[in-house]
Amino acid sequence: MITLDVLLFASYADAAGADRVRVTLPEGARVAVLLDAVRSAAPTLVLPARPLVAVNHRYAAMDVTVAAGDEVALIPPVAGG
Amino acid sequence: MRTALVSSPIDVGAIAAEIAGPSNGALSLFVGTVRDVNAGRAVDGIEYNAYAPMAEREMADLAREASERFGTPHIVIEHRTGYLAVGEASVAIAVAHPRRANAMDASRWIIEALKARVPIWKREHYRDGTREWVHHSGQGNGHGGVQGAGGADA
Repeated sequence: MITLDVLLFASYADAAGADRVRVTLPEGARVAVLLDAVRSAAPTLVLPARPLVAVNHRYAAMDVTVAAGDEVALIPPVAGG
Repeated sequence: MRTALVSSPIDVGAIAAEIAGPSNGALSLFVGTVRDVNAGRAVDGIEYNAYAPMAEREMADLAREASERFGTPHIVIEHRTGYLAVGEASVAIAVAHPRRANAMDASRWIIEALKARVPIWKREHYRDGTREWVHHSGQGNGHGGVQGAGGADA
């Protein structure tokens, strides 16, 4: 098993009441599995069906696998400019 | 080529001067500023928040992509974070090129891509004391109706 602190920003951080949420996952878990773990760990954070996820500062598709030491972040709809 | 997230005011003139040169007949400068009203609500200011390491990486990628697409290395992108009052510049994009069409097309392409991809968020502070995170979903966005593609390229 691996433990990751998933980073949260903006409206997601507000909804969760924290800027990160800790999840424990099997080795080689996919992003989709990580999202299920986040939903369980932070029930006040209501995510869309397929939120944007970044792994090591890159947008990652649902079937990307995560490993110990990866920096994972959930990206709310962006609004720069 | 230079990109940066900055916490102090953007010096628009300095950015233009940075890329001006004798071989470039055109310099296109886009400046996004905080607007005083959004979706009918009076706005006092906007707080910009970024996932800094990823935002910096995405901005650098955008500059590289624009450089290849439009054929010029003379590109500067600065985006500010923190609290900005109405009228302050939140983003500046400068592109210099021998020809105006490329310079203007590149700056337009960069702002649209930035709005769609770069992990930056803004919370509007309204005159009535409330605050709200803004989502680019066809509503106003702080300056003048230009909309991102909506949602990044996951």
